[in-house]
Amino acid sequence: MRIAVVVPGALRQFTAGESRIELDVPADATVGTVLQTLAADRPTLHRRIQDEAGGLRRHVNVFVGDTNVRDAELLDTPVRAGVDITVLPSVSGG
Amino acid sequence: MTEVLLLAGTRKGLVIARSQDGRSRWQVEPMRFMMNAVYGVGIDTRRATPRLFASADSEHWGPSVFRSDDLGATWTEPESAPVRFPERTGEALRRVWQIQPGAESEPDVVYAGSEPSALFRSADGGTTFELVEALWDHPHRSQWGAGFGGQAIHTVLPHPTDPQRVTVAMSTGGVYRTADGGSSWAPANKGIAAEFMPDPFPEFGQCVHKVTSHRDRPDRMYAQNHGGVYRTDDGGGSWQPIEDGLPTNFGFPMVVHPHRPDTIFLFPVISGGERIPPGGACRVWRSDDAGASWQSFGEGLQQEGYHSVVLRDAMCADTADPAGVYFGSRNGELYASRDEGESWQLLARNLPDVLSLRALVL
Repeated sequence: MRIAVVVPGALRQFTAGESRIELDVPADATVGTVLQTLAADRPTLHRRIQDEAGGLRRHVNVFVGDTNVRDAELLDTPVRAGVDITVLPSVSGG
Repeated sequence: MTEVLLLAGTRKGLVIARSQDGRSRWQVEPMRFMMNAVYGVGIDTRRATPRLFASADSEHWGPSVFRSDDLGATWTEPESAPVRFPERTGEALRRVWQIQPGAESEPDVVYAGSEPSALFRSADGGTTFELVEALWDHPHRSQWGAGFGGQAIHTVLPHPTDPQRVTVAMSTGGVYRTADGGSSWAPANKGIAAEFMPDPFPEFGQCVHKVTSHRDRPDRMYAQNHGGVYRTDDGGGSWQPIEDGLPTNFGFPMVVHPHRPDTIFLFPVISGGERIPPGGACRVWRSDDAGASWQSFGEGLQQEGYHSVVLRDAMCADTADPAGVYFGSRNGELYASRDEGESWQLLARNLPDVLSLRALVL
């Protein structure tokens, strides 16, 4: 199935300005699967979201539709065709 | 000397200052890598055009190492993460604290010291780095502690003529060295005190803040410790205190003069509990006899009510003659000296905390 990852403005320097990255993933894909696909397709973008040990970066939130994956099953959160995955920086810092 | 370039890594980005008139007037360029803490800047002068490095660390988007082959006009990063921990470690890079070109005889070797404490080696000019496995696997590693600023290898000193020899330092863990190209590592802290440990002279665990050496006399090294200023004359085999004549034995940076191996610069602060210069006077201290005696200089610097500090990598020298000396403070001031530290000129103020500084004479 085809899934779109919506990229915030701060990361569009790594997408040549594109706000949506469309990826082909298996029908039973999870957020983890999508991010691994993104890692192969856009490694410079991907490593802003997930570190090399596989962890989501501490101040990065990933939503499936309106659900923050930290409130669901993290990287095991299932995804469905037609539902965007949105990456957003959390509100933090000074 | 046609141009001097000063790279200043700050808490919120990279600032480049340029002087084209013998370091009299400086142009400070707009900040790059906004909202990235630039813990390490490096300059590789072994290329036709010097290669500049900046390790930029975003609280949101993580760390990376960028480089410039046009003297800072543009910066790029490799598509694959330049510094990353192998999967078997289960670790993730938090930041790169030090980027250091290797020996002249290995022009494509570049080292990176990281947090968590690890050493990485690049054999392709800083495009990709490999973990130095033997240091990571050292049995002491589980006992290395975290300094106030984190657990990191903040100093990497490749031997200038023997590529098999490298010295590293960290807080807290101390100094380690290899003589076999990184295959084995041994602590090199004999004589350095650890006032915060039950044994004041342990084999390792010292909180070494900075180590420096001169390419003409690499077996002589100087260390600014957390409570102690030291020199070794045998490549780290043993260290002797050289703090007599200094107002305090605490501080962070330690810089050696580019042409005179016996001349070193320090920025002492009162103690770990009071990190301001003695008497609130901003002063740089210099020894011209390898630490046997010291004198201080403050012309052009604030001499009362000064509450800032110079961090471990925020002081450097250029290679001109007379050498330029530079420091940046946690209150965001950049200073330069054209007379070897005796008087100072303000280059910039109101920057974020200055974390790292390197100068290049073109």
